[in-house]
Amino acid sequence: MERILVVLPHPDDEAFTMSGTLAQLIDQGAQVTYACLTLGEMARNMGFPPFASRITLPQIRRGELEESCAAIGIQDLRMLGFHDKTIEFEDKVFLDEHIHALIEEVKPDVIFTFYPGYSVHPDHDATGEAVVRTVGRLPEEERPPVYCVAFSRNHEQFIGKPDISFDVRDYTKNKMASIRAHRSQFNSSEIFGNKQHTDKEVQERLGTERFWTYKFESWK
Amino acid sequence: MMQPIHPAEVQRRLESLKDQDVYVHLEMTTGAYAAHNDASKHPAATFISNAVIQYSHGLISGNGPFRVGLKMQQGWVYSEGLTHYEESEAERLILAGHDQQGKLVVALQLSREPF
Repeated sequence: MERILVVLPHPDDEAFTMSGTLAQLIDQGAQVTYACLTLGEMARNMGFPPFASRITLPQIRRGELEESCAAIGIQDLRMLGFHDKTIEFEDKVFLDEHIHALIEEVKPDVIFTFYPGYSVHPDHDATGEAVVRTVGRLPEEERPPVYCVAFSRNHEQFIGKPDISFDVRDYTKNKMASIRAHRSQFNSSEIFGNKQHTDKEVQERLGTERFWTYKFESWK
Repeated sequence: MMQPIHPAEVQRRLESLKDQDVYVHLEMTTGAYAAHNDASKHPAATFISNAVIQYSHGLISGNGPFRVGLKMQQGWVYSEGLTHYEESEAERLILAGHDQQGKLVVALQLSREPF
């Protein structure tokens, strides 16, 4: 995997789901472009205790995202400027054009996104839908595999077990730093306490990242 | 930095923004993960951003959390559960209600310029 495209709607979506995998693949030579659709400007979390406001949150989250990407090693971060919570309502042609242009430019060997329908937040589902809709329109031989994150209740009843799994125990340092970077959103002292990335419990909790390869024949 | 609401100060700002076109941002949310985290919860959220209103009468009320009502020519803007305001904003009124975990539950913002 040399060229990777990541498409997620919110700063912090990368942290728990795929930061270890991305850090590992980058360490092995991959070039990652991360398209983050919104700035998560409608988030409820404002810091622990709160330090952000509705006015300051977008800029704060932009900085947190940059810090997280630096911790992972992501070379190319794009903030696409969509508004938080509105992805499912966006004009699909407009949204898909953005994603198609990114695919044309990056020519990814793999795309990481959310599994449409199984990712809880409407923005997650709509982002995954836009990616598989756009990739699905490519001729079959040109479609890069799409690795999806899913975490809705009982999702395995519907989509089975994940077929891709990364052991990222060697990259929990990067992953912890990615999570910690999003300090307005994650209470990392509550999550980790004083534990280091080498701690056994942390290794177990963060050490595996799982994905489902999207099956395009099911997309009718 | 958001500060606990000082009602007299908020009232002063409400007065300075009345009888003119102002942009309003009004929202309330339980969070998109409410039902994911607890199936008994009903997730709800609503916001309206940069609608233009004009109010002739605006009041902050209660002992905290606070309520704000804005009387318009044809109706009302109402918000309950407000706890914090942005002290450093001289031209705009930035109000929010945070729950015990510090999460934003409600927000009411008024400005002469769009947000």
